[in-house]
Order: sequence, then C-alpha cells, then structure tokens
Amino acid sequence: MRAKSRWFTKPSGRNGSAVTNMPEGLWVKCPRCAEIHFAKDIERNLRICTKCDYHYRLHAYERIDLTVDEGSFVKINDDVMSVDPLGFPGYPEKLARAISSTGLTDAVVCGEALIDGRRCVISAADFDFLGGSMGSAVGERLVRAMELSVELRIPFVLFTANGGGARMFEGLYSLMQMAKTSAGLAKMERAAVPYIVVLTDPTMAGVYASYASLGDIILAEPGALIGFAGRRVGNQDMGMKLPDDFQSSEFQFRCGMVDQIVHRRELRSTLATLLMLLAEEGSDVKTSA
Amino acid sequence: MLKPLLDFEKPIAELDTLIEELKRSAANDERRKAAEHDNVDIESEISRVEERRDKVMREVFANLTPWNRVQMARHPMRPYTLDYINAICTNFVELHGDRIGADDPAIVGGFCQLNGQTIMAIGHQKGRDLKERQHRNFGSARPSGFRKALRLMQLAARFRKPIVTFIDTPAAEANLMAEEEGISRAIAYNIQQMFHLEVPIVVAVIGEGGSGGALGIAVGDRVIMMEHSIYSVIPPESCAAILSEFGRDRGRASDAAAALKLTAQHALQFHIADSIVSEPLGGAHRDPIAAARVLGNAIAAELKELASVPTPVLLDARYKRYRSIGSWEEIEREALIVPVPADHVEGPMP
Repeated sequence: MRAKSRWFTKPSGRNGSAVTNMPEGLWVKCPRCAEIHFAKDIERNLRICTKCDYHYRLHAYERIDLTVDEGSFVKINDDVMSVDPLGFPGYPEKLARAISSTGLTDAVVCGEALIDGRRCVISAADFDFLGGSMGSAVGERLVRAMELSVELRIPFVLFTANGGGARMFEGLYSLMQMAKTSAGLAKMERAAVPYIVVLTDPTMAGVYASYASLGDIILAEPGALIGFAGRRVGNQDMGMKLPDDFQSSEFQFRCGMVDQIVHRRELRSTLATLLMLLAEEGSDVKTSA
Repeated sequence: MLKPLLDFEKPIAELDTLIEELKRSAANDERRKAAEHDNVDIESEISRVEERRDKVMREVFANLTPWNRVQMARHPMRPYTLDYINAICTNFVELHGDRIGADDPAIVGGFCQLNGQTIMAIGHQKGRDLKERQHRNFGSARPSGFRKALRLMQLAARFRKPIVTFIDTPAAEANLMAEEEGISRAIAYNIQQMFHLEVPIVVAVIGEGGSGGALGIAVGDRVIMMEHSIYSVIPPESCAAILSEFGRDRGRASDAAAALKLTAQHALQFHIADSIVSEPLGGAHRDPIAAARVLGNAIAAELKELASVPTPVLLDARYKRYRSIGSWEEIEREALIVPVPADHVEGPMP
C-alpha cells in the first residue's frame, strides 16, 4: 500500500509520511509571542512554542506520526482525487500547486492505525492543501473511512484543520459534502461506533458546521481558531463587542461545544484512554492491524 | 406604493403601467367616449400592448444571466414561505419555540394539511417590510431556529406525518450570539438527524438556498427547486471578495455567480435537485397564486410517490442519495507511477 504512494511523496517519516516542512530554516519566530527559537528546539517540543505554549499547525502526516503507534499506519482512500466539476477559474492550477507543494493527493489523509495498541480508523487534514477545504474528494475519503469504521466496528478518530470550510471552487458539490459526511456519521451513530473529533487550528465554516461538530466526543488543542464565519462578519454586527478569545478553543469550550481542551503533549494518551474506555465488551483488545 | 423593480424588469413595468392606464381609460366613460370618437378601440389596444409586454417578457426571461437568477431569487416581491403555506395548505397551526430558551422568527413551522393530508411544513421566513425584515432577521436563522426545526421534524416523524421544508435564506446567522449558542453544531446536528427521520421529506427551494443555513433544514428524499431559485455554497459577493480571480472585488459578484453554477438548472444537472417547478412568466411574484398552485401540485405528487415506500427503503435511499453526491475520480495508481521530480524527493515545499 505504502509503496504505491511514491508518485507523490517519498516515504521517510515514521509511518511512511513526507518529512515536515515547517518551521523552515534554522530559526523560527513564534506567531504569537514573537520569540525567536532554534527550529530544532520547536521540533523536539512537538512543535509547541517553548515560551508561550503556542501550538504550531501540524501537517497531516506529522499529526498521524504524533498520534499512532510507530509503523502501524496503513493509508487508505488516497487515490480518490479532486476534479474540477464546474470549470471554476483557477481551480485546476490551485489543485496542481497544492499537490506539488504538499506532496499530498488531497486535503485529508485517512488510514487504519493503532493507538496504544488499539485499532482505529484515523483521519487528519492538512491546512496547507487549499486551506484544508472540503471538496468532493475529501467528502468521499471521509465517508469511506466512516464506512470502514462501521464495517470493522472500530472507532474513528478525526483531526480537523479545515480552515477553508467547504471548497467553494466545487460549488454546490462542496456544500453537499456537509450532508454527505453527516450521512456517514448518522450511519456510525446508528451502528454505535465511536467517533472522536480533535479540533485543531483552524476549523471553520462548512467543516465546523458538519462533521467537526458531530463527534461523540470533541477535544480541542489549546488556542486553535474554531468558528462558523470569519471574524470580520462578526465584527460588522451592529457594533457588538467581541471577546478577545472569540472563536478560540477556549471560547468554544466555554460555550459548551468542546468536551476537553487537551495539550498536544497529552493528546495521544487522552485518545488512548478514551479508546480503552469506549472499547466494546469482549472486543479483541490490543490487536495488531 | 412603488413596487421594487430589478433593472431587467423595467421595460416590462413600463408596459404594465401603460396597460393599467388603458384599463383605467376603458373604465372611465368620458375617456372611452373620447377614444371612440377618435376611432380607437381601447380593448384591442390593451390586448396589443399586453401581447407586446409578454413578448418582451419572454425575451428578457429567456436570457437571464446567473446573476439575474440571484436577483430573482432575492426579489423583494417574491413569495415567501408563509405565502406558500397559506396558499397551498389549510388549517396551518404554527408551532413555536425550541424548548430550550428561544423562538427564532427566521424559521417558521407547524402542522397543516395539503390535499387533506396532515404534513409538517417548515421554512425560512423573510420579512416584507423593514420592520418585519428585521424581526425575521432577513431569513437568517439562529441556533434556536434550527433547534426548533429539528424539534418539529422529530415531532412529525413520531406521528408519522411527512415533512415539507421551504428553503429561502441568505445564510445562517453568524454573529457573536449565534456562535455562543453553537450555530455550527445546530446546523450539523440537524443535517445528521434528518437522516434518521422515518417519514418522507420533500424539500422545496423557493428562493435563496444559502449554504449551511439552507442545508440545516434541507436534507430530503426529494429536492424541488423553483425555476428562479438558487442554491450556493457561498454568496457570490463573498466569493468575489475572497478570490483573486475576481480581483477580490464584491462588485464582480456576477462573475462569481456564473462561476459558482448556482442556478436551479445547474442543481438539476448535478442531480442535487430532482425537479424544477416552472414559475409564471416574469417570476413567481407576478402571479403568486399560480406559482403556489404549481409548487403545491409538485410537492403533493412527490409525497404521493414517497408514501408507498417502506421506511427502511426510504432511509436507505436517502442515505445513498447524499452518499453519492460529489465529483471526483479514482486514480489507478499503477498507471501513474512516474519518476519523482528532484524537488519532490525531500517532501513538501523545498
């Protein structure tokens, strides 16, 4: 499975992923506290600012590497590719650029993996692929992942990072992916297979208003941007004063939309605990994939 | 009262005015006598001008651009949800409140009868004058609106009454309060739960199908669109303002409207709408009663067909209907293996 993916990426991470590309260079400046760091230090710290705890955005494969048991990830659905159904100006070029710059085939990566020995289906979005936006290929990949979850009766763990929401270059098709992914989750709901969402920076609009909000359990990384419509829209609203942390993880937590805010360092163990707690009675625990 | 007009309606309106004047003359004895004296037959003059108006109208409406469709869908004279419910249904009893803490006037709903059969009718509601427009929040629903809609839909399902929803919203509300009350979750949860409802659902897009705000009550077994309605992932103005392809200029919304392929005709082509309901020439607002009759018949026909479908088949078909939406391709990987370019080898973005 992995060997086939060479067309796009050179497997070199722990799970056959592309190597990280950010922070670039020797030094990085924290976007929040402006502290200059030695890139290697940030890298070693799970890409978290050593001074202010800012969580840098992770690429899909970095996320997967950080979460799953070493070598356990088996990629699925990677051959489902976006097309340009509307003939939208500039979309084919944008797609081609996203594919070559990220080494991904679309904005989400899905697969089967083990987290602390427990089987799950996992998906992670990559913001660098057209803002992590949801087009037809993303919708199809996610629904296949959900259907696999139901078929195998193993939980689905999903990391968002879809700041782009629905991919407008695909028009009505992209809007309908909200319904399509929610249909898949209705199926999971009926089958009583757990669906765990981890909201990461950024998660907005059509994605937040569909599968990102439908987790049986919803976790969030600290300080992520999470919301429905861009801040500007809110600001224009009759001079309503917005709280400083508007549309942050902490804001959403306060509003009751998130079960827990979990530090990146704790995320893997929290997920492992949840998978343990949600495991079906008599199910085969700690199997290998 | 001065009727609001779209630019392309103006030549039609001028002829309308002329017809009205002629009709007034026909009703006025003195003027009629004067006309007879001049050998002018007012009646035939009226039908001549009416013919001309209809010809102009046919020409104008045969050549509507996608942007014109957007304008039609947003036409301030266009019939709204309650207009249709009152015209199509009898014994409508409006039901209010989400049972959590609010009642959103931007979404209305209640039991009523269509051809003698009890249904649950739900829809976005816009306002006609300034005061009502504000009261209805321009048809932009808040979380409480979506929660009310879900409550009513589940109520209908429990009593095995089919559901008809009317879609007409620019977008869901996006202000601070909406965010605090969980607008995203409200929409998402509605969409998900609509897949569980064990009764037929017919969706009628009557005006603006505005992205998630529309979809939050628009998962159905059949989707009907009015001829001049639209359905879009983003308002064309916002799309134009975001994309460099349109110079990040809201003023180029008409270009964005064309690119987004948001008309009812496109939705039918994409198999996202099942049918289009023809509107009276010139649009539903020129003859709301006729428009409602045609829409009512279309809804009733769909309900009749769905009534005989066993529930498991219905739910399975609903799932498959949305499961299959999308346009993508599956690459045969083996056929595509090409030498990896040098700048790819090190992974993403050198």
